[in-house]
Amino acid sequence: MERLTPVAPRAPGRWQIATVASIKAETPSVKSYRLALPMWMPHLPGQHYDVRLTAPDGYVAQRSYSVASSPLDEGEIELTIDCLADGEVSPYFHDVVEEGDQVEVRGPFASYFVWRGTEPAPVVLVGGGSGVVPLMAMLRHRRRSMPETDMRLVYSVRTAADVIYAAELDDDTVLTFTREPPAGWSGHTGRLDAGLIGAAAADAMAAYVCGSNGFVETASMLLLEAGLKPEWIRTERFGPTG
Amino acid sequence: MALFSRGFSGGRRVPPELADRVPPGQYVEHGFPVLTAGPTPRVDPDEWGLRIDGMVAEPRRWTAAQFRELPSEAVPCDIHCVTKWSKLGTSFTGVSVDVLLDAVEPLGPYAMAYSYGDYTTNLAIEDLSDGKAWVVTQHEGEPLAREHGGPARLLVPHLYFWKSAKWVAGLRIMDHDEPGFWETNGYHNRGDPWKEERYWND
Repeated sequence: MERLTPVAPRAPGRWQIATVASIKAETPSVKSYRLALPMWMPHLPGQHYDVRLTAPDGYVAQRSYSVASSPLDEGEIELTIDCLADGEVSPYFHDVVEEGDQVEVRGPFASYFVWRGTEPAPVVLVGGGSGVVPLMAMLRHRRRSMPETDMRLVYSVRTAADVIYAAELDDDTVLTFTREPPAGWSGHTGRLDAGLIGAAAADAMAAYVCGSNGFVETASMLLLEAGLKPEWIRTERFGPTG
Repeated sequence: MALFSRGFSGGRRVPPELADRVPPGQYVEHGFPVLTAGPTPRVDPDEWGLRIDGMVAEPRRWTAAQFRELPSEAVPCDIHCVTKWSKLGTSFTGVSVDVLLDAVEPLGPYAMAYSYGDYTTNLAIEDLSDGKAWVVTQHEGEPLAREHGGPARLLVPHLYFWKSAKWVAGLRIMDHDEPGFWETNGYHNRGDPWKEERYWND
């Protein structure tokens, strides 16, 4: 028995001090933070971590952020954080946090909005704005672990400047621009509609939808209309996380 | 082992007069965010009914019309979501679970609340009785919106809000405890916000 690594210190739920390994600006309001974790454990794509900030007088703020990276990135997680004007944790990350800084995190948490690789394919991911973050963990992990699995992303953004992970989006992704498409864009524009979801999801057997409540309501209604069963559709709606 | 966060002062502190109403790790939200694990179920308010079954002396189901005849009360309360927001000073209107339990005589100490759309959450009878839980059909004087669980949801304001099952269809009384939907998926079995019982190991 002594040969076994004790499980307790790695149990999810313990606060640990992560070090910011790198920061990448994704869009003017979104940055990705690579965190090195002393008690890293593999997460399921779609899971989140809690982040805790503590002021000098002991005041504490906590928020949850989805992991964007694949669990194949051992020892690290990537959190992609959208800076909310009235928030208190996301502006801190954007304005203050630098490489080498330490932040307290715990996770990974919640095992419902997750892609395990055992769900029937095709899998369709539908993301609005920064709702793409947990979906990117699924897409990245599928590309590296099960590239033969049919998984597509439908990604709704306002303008070209708002596309997170732009360099990584491939022919497994369909973009739609709701406000202003880039010059010369011949693809889909405007909000999600039956044509777009129908084309991407007609044969889908599993769906993951993440975005604002309004976005998720529309997307899940369109998925139901496209023939998916309610129990095939997993949703995650932004709470107001600031 | 708190680590002070360099340059963090806290931009959304709770005013001191409200501090004792906000559990640890929560912040005050003025809206009413919607969090649901799947598509929003569509439940016809006239077809809705509430059932109490399982280990009871007398299982029963109230139709929507019968439910409307039960004594209802206004419930002013604060609510706390495990995703960190709290909403203070809101109110719901509905029927105390005490009234419902009295009608069936529960024979077990646990219950599984179940909903249209297959959501479940487990509660001890102790957390559902003595004026601590309601089945509500109104929020702040208006019929409960569909996205917030309309036509009816459970309201258990002293626990994290995932225990307040939306689109509630019934309570199954049991002789043993059993985890419900979020309790199976990593969240705490009881969920007391004042003890910060968010996840399994808390």
